[in-house]
Amino acid sequence: MAHLAVSDVRAKYGTLEVLKGVTFSIGKGEIATLVGPSGSGKSTVLRALMGLTPVTGGTVEIAGERMNYSSAREVRAARDRMAIVFQQYNLFQNMTVMQNLTLAPLKIKKWDKQQVNSEARRLLGLVGLSDKADAYSDQLSGGQQQRVALARALALKPQILLLDEVTSALDPELVNEVLDAIRKLADEGMTMVIVSHEMAFVREIADKVVFMDAGQIVEAGTPKEILDTPKTERARDFFSKILRH
Amino acid sequence: MERILEQAPRFFSGQNLTLLLEAAGLTLAMTLAGCLIGFGFAFVLVYLRQTPGLWGLPLRWICILYVEVFRRIPFIVVIYLVLFFIQTVTPDASLFTIAVIAICLYAVAYTADIIRGGIESVPVTQIEAAQAMNLSRLQTNLRIVLPQAWPVIVPPSIAFAVSFIKDTALVSQVGVFELTFRGKELNNQGYSGILVFGTIALCYFLLSFPLSMLGQHLEKRLGTPRGERRSRKIRHT
Repeated sequence: MAHLAVSDVRAKYGTLEVLKGVTFSIGKGEIATLVGPSGSGKSTVLRALMGLTPVTGGTVEIAGERMNYSSAREVRAARDRMAIVFQQYNLFQNMTVMQNLTLAPLKIKKWDKQQVNSEARRLLGLVGLSDKADAYSDQLSGGQQQRVALARALALKPQILLLDEVTSALDPELVNEVLDAIRKLADEGMTMVIVSHEMAFVREIADKVVFMDAGQIVEAGTPKEILDTPKTERARDFFSKILRH
Repeated sequence: MERILEQAPRFFSGQNLTLLLEAAGLTLAMTLAGCLIGFGFAFVLVYLRQTPGLWGLPLRWICILYVEVFRRIPFIVVIYLVLFFIQTVTPDASLFTIAVIAICLYAVAYTADIIRGGIESVPVTQIEAAQAMNLSRLQTNLRIVLPQAWPVIVPPSIAFAVSFIKDTALVSQVGVFELTFRGKELNNQGYSGILVFGTIALCYFLLSFPLSMLGQHLEKRLGTPRGERRSRKIRHT
């Protein structure tokens, strides 16, 4: 059974339909990557899953639980099961690294303080930032901030982790430290939906590649199928442009 | 000039000085009470103004109307309105209370816009990150938005309060014994206008200058990135 099943999800910005019925699913521990041109709706899929862009239709099933985002309660339920990492990290500027990691586990999940703190320290170790617990985000490099953001998302113990172009805002030499952290998560069996432009990384890590254009899924399959032998003209065109160099 | 020198020893008598000191205290108390209470209410107003959804529409409208109306009425008119309104409701309300209420009503309108500006200076991505973690609107505001908006809100709010210390002179019109009122009294007793109002002017300066300095200090401190503020140490247990 699918761990995450997205079916016919639609979303609108005002009157503009930005997702025109998106359907895909992944099993537990699998990684789906969403690829496609800018404005194709990849990031909007993740934002819709988190209820940050209003969902106007369709359903999402997570570990057998179905939600349709029709009420504030439904949205809360979805947010309770997933966590997102943003392109611009979005660490809370007024808090230390440690406070960023423990805020929601303590105040929203209301988990035990001692366990939350020791888990936060473990996660900082996992992303290689044990010595930065008391730093503020303006004291960290972009790569470090993004690794903190990754740890912050993991601290929520999400059933599914969503990564929205997490390396796009980074200097090239900082990209790998973040990708390494994601590789570790993949090894730990984290189910993830990743929006990425790093095609080499997509090829390496993805179980499923979903190619999107104009708010719709054009093709989906294994990395090999989609990246090497795309069936549609649109996908061939896209990959020939970005894979050439 | 001779008259001033001749009057000076008599003018700076213990009795007159006590009178002026009391008046200065009253001026400061009115301003601080009015502005602080007004500042508090302004937060509530801004929060209500953010109420999402269709049913929040009338609420948003009322909040906007309040700010726009009060920013367009001269303060003296607000004072008279409050005076006559309060006196119809409770005839024995003190003039001090009336002055504080008037200052408060006015301060709400002005500081609400300052607060709103501060809140809007916080990137929406910070709010989205909080929402994605299921923080409520109130939690997001209290824990994420306000702490970051604070450096933008505090300096102009203090500047507003400082400038209001002198504007409170207007409440002498309804007979509150604040600085300007006492000045007019002493002037009527025959003291030189230059002597009296020169002293009053000095009093206003002495009242507002320390507050201005505090504002500048806070502005500098709040403008420093958090990591560099040495006095701010956070421990984890």
